[in-house]
Amino acid sequence: MVTPHAAGQPVLELKGIGKEFGAIRALHGVDLCIFPGEVVGLMGDNGAGKSTLVKIIAGNFPPSHGEIRFDGQAVHFARPIDARAVGIEVVYQDLALADNLTAAANVFLGRELKRKFGPLAFLDHKAMAARALELFGELRSETRPHDLVKQMSGGQRQAVAIARTRLSNAKLVMMDEPTAAISVRQVEQVLGLIHRLKEQGVAVMLISHRMPDVFAVCDRVVVMRRGEKRADKEIGDTSPEEVTSLITGAKEAA
Amino acid sequence: MVLLVRAAGMLPVLLLLCLGFHFLSDGRFFSGQNLGIVLQQAAVNTVLAAGMTFVILTGGIDLSVGSILAASAMAGLAISTIPDLAAFWLLVSVLTGLGFGVINGALIALLRLPPFIVTLGSLTAVRGFARLLGTDTTIFNPSIPYAFIGNGSLTLIPGVVSIPWLSVIALLVILVSWLVLRRTVLGVHIYAVGGNESAARLAGIKVWAVLIFVYGVSGLLAGLGGAMQAARLYAANGLQLGQSYELDAITAVILGGTSFVGGIGSIWGTLVGALIIAVLSNGLILIGVSDIWQYVIKGLVIIGAVALDRYRLQGSART
Ligand SMILES: Nc1ncnc2c1ncn2[C@@H]1O[C@H](COP(=O)(O)OP(=O)(O)OP(=O)(O)O)[C@@H](O)[C@H]1O
Ligand SMILES: [Mg+2]
Repeated sequence: MVTPHAAGQPVLELKGIGKEFGAIRALHGVDLCIFPGEVVGLMGDNGAGKSTLVKIIAGNFPPSHGEIRFDGQAVHFARPIDARAVGIEVVYQDLALADNLTAAANVFLGRELKRKFGPLAFLDHKAMAARALELFGELRSETRPHDLVKQMSGGQRQAVAIARTRLSNAKLVMMDEPTAAISVRQVEQVLGLIHRLKEQGVAVMLISHRMPDVFAVCDRVVVMRRGEKRADKEIGDTSPEEVTSLITGAKEAA
Repeated sequence: MVLLVRAAGMLPVLLLLCLGFHFLSDGRFFSGQNLGIVLQQAAVNTVLAAGMTFVILTGGIDLSVGSILAASAMAGLAISTIPDLAAFWLLVSVLTGLGFGVINGALIALLRLPPFIVTLGSLTAVRGFARLLGTDTTIFNPSIPYAFIGNGSLTLIPGVVSIPWLSVIALLVILVSWLVLRRTVLGVHIYAVGGNESAARLAGIKVWAVLIFVYGVSGLLAGLGGAMQAARLYAANGLQLGQSYELDAITAVILGGTSFVGGIGSIWGTLVGALIIAVLSNGLILIGVSDIWQYVIKGLVIIGAVALDRYRLQGSART
C-alpha cells in the first residue's frame, strides 16, 4: 500500500489541541496530522471527545489551547462557514438536516443555485434537483431529490448529508458516525463513497464505533480516550483486538 | 392524492361554509355585491396574516401587528394633513410599520429574546405610540390622497365584474409572498430556520438576518394594513384601531395549516384561512345569528377545522 505520507505536506495538522467546557476537560493535548487522500479512523468510547474534536476543526467553537494548521497555514475559524471556505466539510452525527425541506433543498442549503431575471434572482429548482439526482446516483442511493427528508430512511438521510460535502471541492471531509443507523447494504455504499473521496485526493476523517468499517476503509486509526490521543497507527500495524483494548483502556497507549 | 389533499388543505371547509351560508340565507351569499363585501372585509386581515405567515414559518409569533397597524395609520393620517407632504402619507404609513417590525426583529435576533415576549411588549408600547401620534384623539382627513384604495374598485368587465382595490392589494401581497417563500433563496432559508435552526446555522445561513427580515415584513405589511384602513375610513383612532387584529391574523395562519412549531405551511393556506374568517363573519350576519352567538360559533369552527385538519394529515401520513 502506498503510504500517503509520501505526498508531503499534511492537509490538516493539529498541535496540542485542548478544550474545556467549564470544569469539564473534553480534550487535552491532541496532536494529529492528516494527509491528502488519506482515510483516518477516529475511534473512542462515548464521551472520549471525538465529536468535540470534529467540531473544533469544523469551526463550531474555538479550541481552548493549541493550534490548527490547514494546508500549511495556521487557521482560526470563527464560524463553520470559515472552515468550509478553506475546504473542510462535515457530516454531523445528528446529520443537521432540515426535515421539512426536500432532499435537493438540503443538499444545496446555503449555496442554492439561482437564475437571474434582471435584478431579481430566483431559485433554480430544476438545476438543483438535477444535480442532486446526479450526486445521489454517484452514491448509488435511491434518494429522490423532491422527497421530504422527514420521510426518508437513515441511509437516505446519510446520502443527503454526504451529497452536501460533494457539492464543494472539499479537501477534508469529516464524518461523524456515518454508518451508525443504516442498513448493511447502505453501509457498503457509504464505504464505497469514502473510497471514491480518497481516490480524488480528499482526506477523510471517519468517526465510528464499528470496527469492521474502520478496518475496511481506513489507512490509519487514531484512538481517543478521556479527551487524549492514546494511539495513532497504520491500519496494517494493528488489529481490531488491540484497538478494542485501547478504546476500553485495557491497554493504556500504543 | 395525498399531496392534493395536503395542498387543498382547508379549501373544502371554505367551500362548504360558502355553500351552507348560501342555502341558509336563501341564496343571498353568492351575490356579486355580497362577495365584494366579503373580499373587502378579508383584505386587511389577509395582508396582516401574510406577514404573520413569514413569522410563524420561522417558529416565531408577532403579537404587535394590531398596534403597529394603528400607529402606521395614525402616522400616515398625520402626514396627510400637512399640505406639502400629503402625497407621501402612504409611504410614511408603510415605513412606520417597517420600522417597528425591524425593531422587533432586532430585539429577537440580536438580543435573543423570545418573540412572544418582545412582541407582547411592543403590542403595548406601540399602542401607546399610536395614541401619542394623534395626541390621543381621532385624526380625520376627508380629502386624504389615494382614498380610492380604501373605497374604490378595479373594474375588470365594465358593469359586470369589479374587485375592491383593497382585495387587489391583498391578492398582490399574497402573490409576492408566494414568490418570496417558494422561489427565492430567502424563502428556503425561512423554511430552514423554522425546520431546524441549528442545521440552518451550520449551513452558513445568517439566522439573525432571516429573523429581522420576517419581523420586518410583518411590520411592513401591518403598516400597509394601516394605510388600507386609513384610506377606507378617512380617519384613525390610536386607541381603537386594530384592537385584537393580531388574533385574527394568527387564526388565519393556523387555519391555513401552517405549523406553530415552524417550517411547515404555505401562503395559499393563509389566504384560505383569512377567507374562512371573513365568510364566517359575513355568513353569520346574513343568516341573522346574534352578535354573542357569532363569537361562540366562530371559536368552535376554528377549533373544529384545525382538529379536522390534524386528523386528516395523520390519516394520510399513516398510509
Ligand atoms: N457543549 C458542551 N458543553 C459541555 N460539555 C460538553 C459539550 N460538548 C461535549 N461535552 C463533554 O465533552 C466530553 C466529550 O464529548 P464528545 O461529544 O466529544 O464525545 P464523543 O467521543 O463524540 O462521544 P460519542 O461517542 O458519544 O459521540 C463529554 O464528557 C461531553 O459531556
Ligand atoms: Mg460524538
